[in-house]
Amino acid sequence: MGIEVRNIGKQFGAFAALDNISLSINSGELVALLGPSGSGKTTLLRIIAGMESADVGEILLYGAAANNKPAGERNVGFVFQHYALFRHMTVFDNIAFGLTVRPKETRPSKAAIRERVFNLLKMVHLENFHDRYPHQLSGGQRQRVALARALAVEPKMLLLDEPFGALDAKVRQELRRWLRRLHDEIHLTSVFVTHDQEEAMEVADRVVVMSNGRIEQIGTPEEVYHHPANAFVYDFLGNYNEFTGWQENAGSALNLIDYERQTDAPAGAKIVKVFARPHDMDVSKTDTFGGESIAAKVMHINPAGALVKLELERVRNPGLLLQAEISQDAVLAQAIRKSDVVYVRPRATRIFMNS
Amino acid sequence: MNASLKKQLTEPLWLRVVLITLTFLFLAALVGLPIVIVIIEAFSKGWGAYRDALTQPDVISALKLTLLVAAIAVPLNVVFGLAASWAIAKFEFRGKQLLITLIDLPFSVSPVISGLVYILLFGAHSMMGDWLIRHDIQIIFAVPGLVLATIFVTFPFVARELIPLMQEQGVEQEEAAVLLGANGWQTFRRVTLPNIKWGLLYGVLLCNARAMGEFGAVSVVSGHIKGETTTIPLYVEILYNEYNFVAAFAVASLLLLLGFVTLAAKKIVSRQERGQHGH
Repeated sequence: MGIEVRNIGKQFGAFAALDNISLSINSGELVALLGPSGSGKTTLLRIIAGMESADVGEILLYGAAANNKPAGERNVGFVFQHYALFRHMTVFDNIAFGLTVRPKETRPSKAAIRERVFNLLKMVHLENFHDRYPHQLSGGQRQRVALARALAVEPKMLLLDEPFGALDAKVRQELRRWLRRLHDEIHLTSVFVTHDQEEAMEVADRVVVMSNGRIEQIGTPEEVYHHPANAFVYDFLGNYNEFTGWQENAGSALNLIDYERQTDAPAGAKIVKVFARPHDMDVSKTDTFGGESIAAKVMHINPAGALVKLELERVRNPGLLLQAEISQDAVLAQAIRKSDVVYVRPRATRIFMNS
Repeated sequence: MNASLKKQLTEPLWLRVVLITLTFLFLAALVGLPIVIVIIEAFSKGWGAYRDALTQPDVISALKLTLLVAAIAVPLNVVFGLAASWAIAKFEFRGKQLLITLIDLPFSVSPVISGLVYILLFGAHSMMGDWLIRHDIQIIFAVPGLVLATIFVTFPFVARELIPLMQEQGVEQEEAAVLLGANGWQTFRRVTLPNIKWGLLYGVLLCNARAMGEFGAVSVVSGHIKGETTTIPLYVEILYNEYNFVAAFAVASLLLLLGFVTLAAKKIVSRQERGQHGH
């Protein structure tokens, strides 16, 4: 086991930043801590790194209790959102820092440090930037220097706090693919914090979804996306439409009240909230669903991306919006335009108990 | 930008000329003229008299005393300023706001009061006076008193320069250093200090200028014993009161020189500081 977190709790005054968190991260695994701001993900990362201490609970790093171990002795590489490069040092000196502060007995020779730094520079594709200062680099370059600096001390774990949060969209994409490739090469136990679900899905082996200081779900990207444990995870991982439906009792067939051919819930039936992803919506210009559909007016068409995003307003309940994502072909074939009235029907729905 | 817009955005030429001229005249009358007079008076009896005035044993000893006081007060205030700004910028603790207010106190209290405080504390009729006399320790009317008074009035210079600088820089770089295995001293020496070095130097310059030029506070605790407890500014007054104008202005010219050196050094330091920040 690489990193083991057992029943960690942390209070900031009256605010519970972390509430009984337990988590196991295998060695060599790349895990994302995903959640909105204030969910406790950064606090958890800082506790693992040793920059913050937990009020209760235990941290084990490679099987050894680490609660009382100073940050500098935990063998972690840490990457900050805003790089935290030493601005008065060159790129070379930044990367070499962790090696040069070692006591004489364990400090590598000057030549060895030089070789290691240049190997790292090569790895982050910045060979020719060794004598630059941080302010002479772009954001993406700075973050790669920060990563090289963290890796220079040959840590057993790499912790990244919103590593791409301060970068623009294109650089962010590039860097996260690069991070994934790098991880596949060096297989360092890695944890990164992000609030961007797409980033977590794309990069991580496993995703830990957090909210309000608690873990909502732990699973592979596939698991958390397709089998969300609760409404929060479902909500956080993507856009959705919400309908009202009823069931005779839990587990029996689901009927939507929102359909044009209204089927009011019989007395005693259980009313449930029903969710569907925008890409799970069928859209037709004529009502081919036999009344089992919702009439909606096309408010906006966003053609950017693989699927065309339609923003719809229900005809019967103006103000209630729907989102649908359908193929470019379907839009063209049916000649769907702004202000048209279309009929939509969720293809796949999901209900959550206790929501 | 078209001409009419430009016209709307700038003041008319005559107003600009008047304002600039006024400023220059003001400065010339209130700052330039006194400086020129100090120099003229200092050399009014020629270079020989000037040199003689500056080589009097009492002047030499006043000069030495001034340097000694500054040499003690400035380093102590550097240590204090670093400690205070480090604590204020990098940690959260109860009483922080009070500490910030207290640091500013010497700026808001009249220097005479600052000196008086030490007389009340350590003077012959004070609570500690008896004890000090019995142990033959002299603070008031002696060098320790001068140092204490000087430390008090120059207290805020370094801290005030560093606190905003360190607050702006935050703690991330220090955290990064610690995570990379640096110990406390290495973190301070190799990360914190280089980041604040120009700000620190700037604070030291101001602190030094004030330490050497302070009159009010040291005047109260000095006792004005010629050759023993008179610093340069005090000695200027003594000479002037003795109608020894050439010597008074000659010694004053030393302080003037200190002022110019400080100003030049300040200019260089702030240019360096800007350069270091890049962009």
